[in-house]
Amino acid sequence: MSEKKMKNVFVQGAISPEKIANSISHHQVKTNIGGHDIFLGQVRADEIDGKIVKAIEYTAYEEMANQTIHEIREAAFEKFDLTCMHIYHSLGSVNVGEICLFVFTSSAHRKDCFDATRFIVEEIKTKAPMFGKEVFEDETHVWKENK
Amino acid sequence: MKLKVKYFGLIAEFVGASEQSVIAKGLSVQDLRHQLETEYPKLKTITYQIAVNQKITSDQYLFNDGDELALLPPFAGG
Repeated sequence: MSEKKMKNVFVQGAISPEKIANSISHHQVKTNIGGHDIFLGQVRADEIDGKIVKAIEYTAYEEMANQTIHEIREAAFEKFDLTCMHIYHSLGSVNVGEICLFVFTSSAHRKDCFDATRFIVEEIKTKAPMFGKEVFEDETHVWKENK
Repeated sequence: MKLKVKYFGLIAEFVGASEQSVIAKGLSVQDLRHQLETEYPKLKTITYQIAVNQKITSDQYLFNDGDELALLPPFAGG
């Protein structure tokens, strides 16, 4: 599963629940799969200095982020026995309560997809150059920083 | 040497641009850091990484012709 073509992980705006449901249904023909694991990142209405976040506007160094995530994808296929892997991240504005990250792994047995999903999400958070402007109700903003 | 420098997030706000052609006065990433921090003192108030040709690089890296640099503030994906 190496030397695969680099994919574009970015989608404009929020990732819809329909996209996630469709993605699940596309796997019903793959009968060697015994388990799926899904991580969904959702935009939180954080309170910062008395103001409530209403949306996050995502930007990225897209070429580098796609390359970085390609390498994370390859590393995950190397480390875990996976059948499938799908990764999507939003660009542009995503309102609170909406989904901005969708990581979907599938394997014959549960342990590989559980472990792979965690690995992929943690790697994306620390290594992929993506930036988030937390916009408040009054249109002021602060820049988010992953912990 | 003339370099293409990209700015993202908070740093693009500090600089007021998302990309610039910069005439580097020195030869290394460290020299460029000093040059840009002199021009944009707010850069000194944050931590940021520098990527050359889409790879995070050390301050000791020496530029080659045609290098694409990017100043990257803390990541916030996910």
